[in-house]
Amino acid sequence: MKRTLVVGGFFAGLILLWKAATLYMGWSPLLLPPPEAVARYLWGASLDGTLLSASIVTLKRLLIGYFIGVAIGMALGLAVSTSTLLQSTIGALALGLQTLPSVCWVPLALLWFGQTEGAMLFVVIMGSVGSVVIATDTGTRSIPPIYARVARTMGSEGFDKWTRVILPAALPFLVSGMKQGWAFAWRSLMAAEVYVTILTGFGLGHLLEYGRELSAMDQVIGVMIVIVVIGLAADKGLFAPWERFMHRRWGTGAPTS
Amino acid sequence: MTDSSAGRLTVEGVSKWFRTPRAAVHALDRVSLDVQPGEFVCLVGPSGCGKSTLLDILAGLTAPDEGVVSADGVSVQGPGRHRLVMFQESALFPWLDVFGNVMFGLKRERGLTRDQKREIADHHLDLVRLTKFKKAYVHELSGGMKQRVALARSLAPDPRVLLMDEPFAALDALTRERLYGDLQEIWQRRRKTIILVTHNVREAVCLGDRVMVMSPNPGRIREVFAVDLPRPRDINSTHLAELSQRITTALKTYDRSSDGL
Repeated sequence: MKRTLVVGGFFAGLILLWKAATLYMGWSPLLLPPPEAVARYLWGASLDGTLLSASIVTLKRLLIGYFIGVAIGMALGLAVSTSTLLQSTIGALALGLQTLPSVCWVPLALLWFGQTEGAMLFVVIMGSVGSVVIATDTGTRSIPPIYARVARTMGSEGFDKWTRVILPAALPFLVSGMKQGWAFAWRSLMAAEVYVTILTGFGLGHLLEYGRELSAMDQVIGVMIVIVVIGLAADKGLFAPWERFMHRRWGTGAPTS
Repeated sequence: MTDSSAGRLTVEGVSKWFRTPRAAVHALDRVSLDVQPGEFVCLVGPSGCGKSTLLDILAGLTAPDEGVVSADGVSVQGPGRHRLVMFQESALFPWLDVFGNVMFGLKRERGLTRDQKREIADHHLDLVRLTKFKKAYVHELSGGMKQRVALARSLAPDPRVLLMDEPFAALDALTRERLYGDLQEIWQRRRKTIILVTHNVREAVCLGDRVMVMSPNPGRIREVFAVDLPRPRDINSTHLAELSQRITTALKTYDRSSDGL
């Protein structure tokens, strides 16, 4: 309760500062619109459905691409963790590709897939796969060997060992890898949407870019806020439950409210 | 459930070397022993005498370079559900609660219904007096409680043989003494064959029917002491102290002689 007040107070203060800046700094409202202009934009765009439909287009791309990326990344990561040959080949490749900022896939995706949903999905998948591969591989390799020994003596081998011991034991690594993959996917999708117009769907990135073209700063800031809110919501919705689960079981970190 | 005559272990001429790039360590040299069903045998010796290696071989986690290990007349080729191991660290799974950990080995038992498995797990939690902590998570338990959960987890699938690798080494003296009592009581009720590895001579005398003294370089069984003290034994009794004294003297002699090699 007290924490909510502190957070609320902080953001209220921030908005007041913003308002004060627009009033007293003498900056053009074209560059820094007052908060109420942005609020008005957000209200209007919510009512006419622009924000909702753009968010749906973006989230659909993100979720589909991300889940494909995680599925591929986990499968590859598990394969890589079981073989030295795969680690020094696929594992090294994943590490190399992870150093490539995922927005760098956009030109290639455009040439390969054209201005289509395929290009968007490709960028999101390539953005998330690398970190998931590496996290899965590291995670399954960092399990205390004693767990595997216990499992073996209890007659847990093969598939049973993987599903009941190795994967749960690697959970902290898997979740942090999936979180990183999510962050990369989200960033690369936004970059791709700002960068290219896709005729099949009008996402948040496009909305942002059109705001710039129209010099509608209220729209630019408004869409940025929406993007932040969606990012936070995804973090809370997708990952916070897992993190709470781990903190409770492993006894790590402070319990989150 | 277990046939009372089951749980015999035979080791014949087992040798084991560990090869590192720099040296070959002769961990075990022609070790032989015969453990009767329901017997409690303790292996004592300084570090490096191969006692843990011997336990791993009995468990089927390591294969011997020479010699044969058989359990109830069947040659040991790998881990088997009739020989379960308890380790020095409890090695409980943090993603499961206490009950889930005890259920772990039962999950794969065929021929038992879900309710029967839960009943068995509950029974074993009761045996180690942790029924109240059924829903607790591993990090919430003390070291002694963790080892009791590990004991329940190993006993629940009803193995014939329980192999214990220094299970009390990481505990404080008071907790350890309480667990000696618990373990003796459980052993007397369940009559499992138990092989316990330790470097604590008093612990060995307190728990074992026989105490086997090992020495390193190469690892060998040097002497076997039968412990004829009545049970339950108190670790602080004078009879126990006298025998421990004799075994400690023997240990020192062998340790010195192997240093000279």
